[in-house]
Amino acid sequence: MGFHLLSPSYCCGYQASPPISHGLLRFRPVTGIPKPSPQKGQLHQSRRASKVLAYYGLTTPPYKLDALEPYMSQRTLELHWGKHHRDYVDSLNKQLVKSPLYGHTMEELIKVTYNNGNPLPEFNNAAQVWNHDFFWESMQSGGGKLPQGGVLQQIEKDFDSYSNFRDTFVESAMALFGSGWVWLVLRTEEKKLSVVRTSNAICPLVWGDIPIIGLDMWEHAYYLDYKDDREKYINTFMDNLVSWHAATVRMLRAEAFVNLGEPKIPVA
Amino acid sequence: MALRAIAGKKTLTLGLGFGPSGAAAAASFPGLGSGLHARGLVTFSLPDLPYDYGALEPAISGEIMQLHHQKHHQTYITNYNKALEQLEEAMTKGDSSKVVHLQSAIKFNGGGHINHSIFWQNLKPANEGGGEPPHGSLGWAIDTDFGSLEALVKTMNAEGTALQGSGWVWLALDREVKKLKVETTANQDPLVTKGANLVPLLGIDVWEHAYYLQYKNVRPDYLKNIWKVMNWKYASGVYEKEVA
Repeated sequence: MGFHLLSPSYCCGYQASPPISHGLLRFRPVTGIPKPSPQKGQLHQSRRASKVLAYYGLTTPPYKLDALEPYMSQRTLELHWGKHHRDYVDSLNKQLVKSPLYGHTMEELIKVTYNNGNPLPEFNNAAQVWNHDFFWESMQSGGGKLPQGGVLQQIEKDFDSYSNFRDTFVESAMALFGSGWVWLVLRTEEKKLSVVRTSNAICPLVWGDIPIIGLDMWEHAYYLDYKDDREKYINTFMDNLVSWHAATVRMLRAEAFVNLGEPKIPVA
Repeated sequence: MALRAIAGKKTLTLGLGFGPSGAAAAASFPGLGSGLHARGLVTFSLPDLPYDYGALEPAISGEIMQLHHQKHHQTYITNYNKALEQLEEAMTKGDSSKVVHLQSAIKFNGGGHINHSIFWQNLKPANEGGGEPPHGSLGWAIDTDFGSLEALVKTMNAEGTALQGSGWVWLALDREVKKLKVETTANQDPLVTKGANLVPLLGIDVWEHAYYLQYKNVRPDYLKNIWKVMNWKYASGVYEKEVA
């Protein structure tokens, strides 16, 4: 579980966080780790036994792998997290050994490697690592039902009603061609919630938007449990899996960056 | 051969369902959907597989073949027909923005129909010649352009494994320069989107639905095994017709 240190190289960049700190802690940029500036000469000295490189860890979902049964089977989690997600992490680390990219949080790494639409080879792996982290945390045992409080208010403001939002989300997911993701995002420019659909590994972070909920529409995410019945998978996600707790936490953080209007403070 | 499978018929049916071959079904249900296509819009129906669902085992499981054919391919056809109807309506009305808007649905679903129709043809059960290496002119062309059949297979498998997301890997013939090439296409883009001169000889579906139930995330194993049921006779036929 988690990550393993490779000695003698330094382990830096984004650290794998323990399961209980999922949520707010995740988005804090990593501080307190010395950031030595890579000097050209140093890296090539054959005497030097250690090399500075970036390395990312596989985080664990904030629940046991059977916690989402019967809506998402343990077998799916074992494969999806244990093989696919792990593969992306391993592949990314392999790429980073030879790459000058260093010292980024995962979110920063995605934006840097997206390279304004001309993605670097590391983008796919980096984005998929982040996307899957986000996905596990977008779900919970006993999920679904209705959002509450501020999230519900904002949804009703931007979609007219929860059921309107739900329909939009389901339609968007069904209309996706090929592999991709469906997101509820907070648009930083328009300052409103929106449903967005992305292909392959792309995630709304690259446009500066703030994801609130993410749903993996790659076939590997649902094929074992639902075969080709995507509609059932999407509806099950909305009714039984989506974590409105996680959404609330993310909205709270997002409001620190996006002004959603004056809070309604009652006047005496 | 592939043309027969893809060719639509001037039919008044929507071509839904599989059962007996499309043409026979249309003949036995003449009243289905009559009047819907007064202008004679050509729609499509699911071609039969030239073998049983289980005939490609153990390379590809019967469960996958059945789902792949009856659900996935059928859905592409259904949605393709729907898009074509909408397109015809939009064209009649001169609704340009609708016409352009429909292009992605047509490319995706039409491409899905084209690609899968070829795919069923380029697979064959092992006991009916599947996996037998190509002889004759295609065999020589492979040796010339790739060095050996092994080298070609290695290249195609590498490209197929490296493909991010969903798509296809093709053995293509560039009919202008008469050279073989390995190409990949994303999602359901047909080979022709990579070049108007490209003729598909073999296509391998690397969408996850093509292998996931059996091979899970180990796409390389699927690619290794599918060569055991590859129908080189089909590829040779297409090749010889082009270079003749």
